[in-house]
Amino acid sequence: MSDAPRAGLTSWLTTTDHKRIGLLYFYTALGFFFLGGVEALVIRLQLAQPNGHVVSAEVYNQLFTMHGTTMVFLALMPLSASFFNYIVPLQIGARDVAFPRLNAFSYWVFLSGGLLLNASWVTGPLYHAGMLSVAPDGGWFGYANLTERQFSPGPNIDFWLLGLQILGVSSLAAGFNFIVTILNLRAPGMRMMRLPTFTWMTLVTQFLIITAFPVITVGLVFLMFDRFFGTHFYLPEAGGTPLLWQHLFWLFGHPEVYILILPAMGIVSEVLPTFARKPLFGYTVVVYSGILIGFMGWGVWSHHMFAVGLGPIADSVFAATTMLIAVPTGVKIFNWIGTLWGGAIRGTTALHFAVGFIAMFIIGGLSGVSHASPPADLQQTDTYYVVGHIHYVLFGGTVFGLFAGIYYWWPKMTGQLLDETLGKWHFWLQFIGMNLAFFPMHLIGLLGMPRRVYTYGPELGVGQLNLVSTIGAFTIALAMLVFLVNLLGIGRRRRAAPNDPWEGATLEWSVSSPPPVYNFSVIPTIESRLPRWRTERHGPMPDPPAVPPAPIHVPAGSWWPLVAALGIPVMALAPLTHTLWIVFVGAAILLVGIYRWAFEPFEV
Amino acid sequence: MLLSARLVTVTGTGDAVPRHRLLLISTALVLAGCGGPFPQSTLAPGSDFGRAVDQLFTSIVWWAAVVFVVVETLLVIALIRFRHREGRAAPRPTHGHTVLEITWTLAPAVILVFVAVPTVRTIFATAGEAPADALKVQVIGHQWWWEYKYPDLGITTANEMHLPAGKPVQVSITSADVIHSFWVPVLGGKRDAIPGHLTRIAFQADTAGDYSGQCAEFCGASHANMRLRVVVQSDSGFRGWVKAEQAGPIPPPRASLAERGKAVFSRSACLGCHAIQGVSPGIIGPNLTHVGSRMTIAGGTLANDSVHLARWIADAPALKPGALMMRMAPPLTDADIAAVVAYLQSLK
Repeated sequence: MSDAPRAGLTSWLTTTDHKRIGLLYFYTALGFFFLGGVEALVIRLQLAQPNGHVVSAEVYNQLFTMHGTTMVFLALMPLSASFFNYIVPLQIGARDVAFPRLNAFSYWVFLSGGLLLNASWVTGPLYHAGMLSVAPDGGWFGYANLTERQFSPGPNIDFWLLGLQILGVSSLAAGFNFIVTILNLRAPGMRMMRLPTFTWMTLVTQFLIITAFPVITVGLVFLMFDRFFGTHFYLPEAGGTPLLWQHLFWLFGHPEVYILILPAMGIVSEVLPTFARKPLFGYTVVVYSGILIGFMGWGVWSHHMFAVGLGPIADSVFAATTMLIAVPTGVKIFNWIGTLWGGAIRGTTALHFAVGFIAMFIIGGLSGVSHASPPADLQQTDTYYVVGHIHYVLFGGTVFGLFAGIYYWWPKMTGQLLDETLGKWHFWLQFIGMNLAFFPMHLIGLLGMPRRVYTYGPELGVGQLNLVSTIGAFTIALAMLVFLVNLLGIGRRRRAAPNDPWEGATLEWSVSSPPPVYNFSVIPTIESRLPRWRTERHGPMPDPPAVPPAPIHVPAGSWWPLVAALGIPVMALAPLTHTLWIVFVGAAILLVGIYRWAFEPFEV
Repeated sequence: MLLSARLVTVTGTGDAVPRHRLLLISTALVLAGCGGPFPQSTLAPGSDFGRAVDQLFTSIVWWAAVVFVVVETLLVIALIRFRHREGRAAPRPTHGHTVLEITWTLAPAVILVFVAVPTVRTIFATAGEAPADALKVQVIGHQWWWEYKYPDLGITTANEMHLPAGKPVQVSITSADVIHSFWVPVLGGKRDAIPGHLTRIAFQADTAGDYSGQCAEFCGASHANMRLRVVVQSDSGFRGWVKAEQAGPIPPPRASLAERGKAVFSRSACLGCHAIQGVSPGIIGPNLTHVGSRMTIAGGTLANDSVHLARWIADAPALKPGALMMRMAPPLTDADIAAVVAYLQSLK
């Protein structure tokens, strides 16, 4: 056993334990999730009635840019990552991820990228006297050439493109780490087609991350070169084209949608079987359709660009590929219903959220088909219709799925049971709130209100619908308060969680809650897809002994991932301050960190 | 407001329909988009292009409604029928069912064929090709206003496009700065205005009327204030407008306030950006040769009256965030502004 410190600030700063890193991801992402939520509430206040005056046009544009960027990169992706970290090694019977220090590095880089992006809210005075915020204001999609220096001279877009590049480093490092972990660290007998569905979807997601993030990185590097070094990648007057950015961004951006939704699909595929007491219906089909979605996600990017006028042939092809992707998605939905069918369903909060995911995701999927059709999309794109659609997919889908995961795995991650009554309150408030907030948006869009407008006139006739939407947004906020009360255990006695509060089938439920630092006292041998359930041929697997029969080596903590990670935001300060020498300071910190990391003595 | 107005009118007729049903109907109407004057509704098309899109969308909505009802019903039935009850036997551990799985793979695929075929047909039908004799209009997006040119008629104007009813129109679209998107919902779908590219749409407006639209692609601080109007006129009405536009600006009467305004205009920074035929050559801002005949100013956001014109000239960025028309230094006096307003209003 290692004598690494197990408590105190130092132990968290130097930790390489996947479970602790998972919790760090969780709390950080939750913080950003609430921040992005507050941004959404201000947006909704501004739009609650025509000609709203809550914020200025400039601040509004910063708010919707930061809401989108925060939710995608700082809340939903890292919330998924918290489950990759905490749950995947447990599900495959591993002691940790393949590269524990790289894992810590990913987290610290993520944190620094998130802080750098949000520092733009308060660093205004450093750039312009009398201006508080210089937050990014070009939209989360940052369309060139609006984001070029000529049209966005301030540091706003610089914060955005540097922040995203930093976050990309974090995602890429984590992506490779989890691919190696899942492929190489499976317990004996854990064949690929015995992997829990969540782990499978994690694996597909990581492949999407390592292939999609380089594309956005190229796009961002071009933009950075245009802004700082006078190149002309996106400048039409010098032979470039702003459409190049759109292709690069959506070539990343559409796989990104699946990066956001596949983990939630994996969670739902774990939660439904557990609470229906039935194996996942059509496991093989669900896995393969997940892989298929991963591949097909690469062939649909131009459906974000139907209004660009790519010509009827390109429009037809991308319409067809986009509609095709509905098939594997539909298959998954039918298989989930098939899982519930004939089961003995226990209505836990986690199950509520998983079923809510299915019910809401169907709506998002169907409205998606309506803008897979390019002529129809010409009326819908860039309107509130699409805002409604994306929130049914990413809130009704991803967020409901993530909450299913939180209610399902929270007892495992913390050893505390959440309150089921409060959980149900949370669910119903969120369910009602989201439908109030996002359903009217479809109508608002069809009635002609574009998205990303800080104001609209009363003559549009969408004032009441917008007010309903705002009421819905605040209902969601109320749901989040209930969730927070539940999570923090305010006003009730905490109840300790047993090893397996749900009678789950997968390996994470065979160890204590929270698991010991080494996870498994003895690495289990796997004989079936549902090792802890009795199946036709296999009895339930015995749980590993509570006390390890032999000493287990656990790696000591390390400072170097944190040090190396710190070098990266320091380098980003150079372009933000237009001070070249800072880049060398940052690079030096990064190199020292990597060097000491590489030659860190192996402690036993 | 809308809802209550409708209720009052209907109950006012003394109809015997119960109150709660009225509320239901009105709600449905409002939700269906038929409840009021929605000037930018995509659901009430007023051109061939708009109708083609609307028909396609309607058919997709019906398919989606069928799928929605079937799938959500199955989900709800499963949840109610298979609730856990004490004493019931453990569920059978089914792992799958090949026939079922093939069925629910093929069924959506077949439905998608029914969506895809009319989609492709409509894509080609609305590809932006108008007959060769169509009226040609060039749209140029600017931060944050629209410039229109009629190359065959020698007309340049801003924000308000005039078109004849029942005649095919070929609109070609580009941008002078960042990407915008030209959108008049009632007349059909939007098309992006991209610098360095030329995109097109074609349509034929059904009836005379005043159609509003706005920029649909986020284009900076005042994206929300980049609105536009299309005035569709009868044939003779349109010809009259063309004639008025082709004529030079009306010279202000001697010794009038408007003439003083012209002098102020000609010695101020105005002429650097704005064109008035025979007076100033500017091309950065909207052409003002016939500005007095337009209904709105400031990217279609403000009524074209003396109050708004005066406020606009005094401090445009206060009315339209980020507006490139800066406050003049030194500022014009109130008297000068009043004179310029009179001059602009005289430019019918």
